[in-house]
Amino acid sequence: MIFGRTERGKAPVEPVTLKILVAGGFGVGKTTLVGAVSEIKPLRTEELLTEAGRPVDDTSGVEGKHTTTVAMDFGRITLREDLVLYLFGTPGQDRFWFLWDELATGALGAVVLADTRRLEDCFAAVDYFERRSIPFVVGVNCFEGASRYPVEDVRQALDLDAAVPVVLCDARGRESVKEVLIEVVQHAMAYAAGRRHTVTG
Amino acid sequence: MSGDGQELSHWFDDEAGPVVRPYAMTRGRTTSPGQHRLDLIAVVVTEEYASDPEADNSLSPEHVDIVELCRDAPQSVAELAAELDLPIGVVRVLIGDLVEDELVRVTRPVPPAELPDESILRDVISGLRAL
Repeated sequence: MIFGRTERGKAPVEPVTLKILVAGGFGVGKTTLVGAVSEIKPLRTEELLTEAGRPVDDTSGVEGKHTTTVAMDFGRITLREDLVLYLFGTPGQDRFWFLWDELATGALGAVVLADTRRLEDCFAAVDYFERRSIPFVVGVNCFEGASRYPVEDVRQALDLDAAVPVVLCDARGRESVKEVLIEVVQHAMAYAAGRRHTVTG
Repeated sequence: MSGDGQELSHWFDDEAGPVVRPYAMTRGRTTSPGQHRLDLIAVVVTEEYASDPEADNSLSPEHVDIVELCRDAPQSVAELAAELDLPIGVVRVLIGDLVEDELVRVTRPVPPAELPDESILRDVISGLRAL
């Protein structure tokens, strides 16, 4: 029998946990970005579409469909023993938007990863975060072979608010991804300060 | 084996869908009595006074796994789901049972629609820089 607890002198630290979402179209490099900074190999969690018996899911006529599994990849960065940051890659398919709501609740902010060869793939994510007033940063993943565009062109093409940061990045590069995440947190801070100012002023 | 006539009105074996299996662990329940929807980053901590869960016949092996995993180190709901290879919905119900039995407690992440303290955000930035 294992009595792990008796060997330990002090109770384990209960960390403060935070999350940043990584959104963008299919194949844009979300899991790559998570893996570049995560201390663990990105883990996969699954949610069944029938979970919680969502009453709005009318499955009559599609009984053969059974159930749908949605996978979400996530990584972890332990910043301090008592401070842990989780990165969640959002499910790429649009029909799983309802899962985003759950992921987005309480999120610090988001990265919308964009590929300039198919910029339209990230429109939906930009819309989503704009509508819900979730601070986000657009990271333009610089794929080899894709032509580089100035960030201002990307901003214009996405019709972004002037306050939304657009950064060029390499989703495979740890340093590059770190910069993107720092940008998200800084933007979230500025965003929160702006909101406080609006409320009090 | 199913007869031809029955095939239209009944599901057999795999036709019933894989949903049956994971939720068999929760005895078909999709919500826990506590009703709170646990965030993916809510942290589960085993209560220090929790006795040997293996001795508790009312607990499933998966319940026991959760108590043991979270005794070694607090775990987020997402990590538990990945570690146990179970859908998040199932893990939530199991955790709900354990909270009810007072074997584990759940620490809440920052409340929704509220940003964490500015000092925490500063710590996050310096932590990221130091990586």
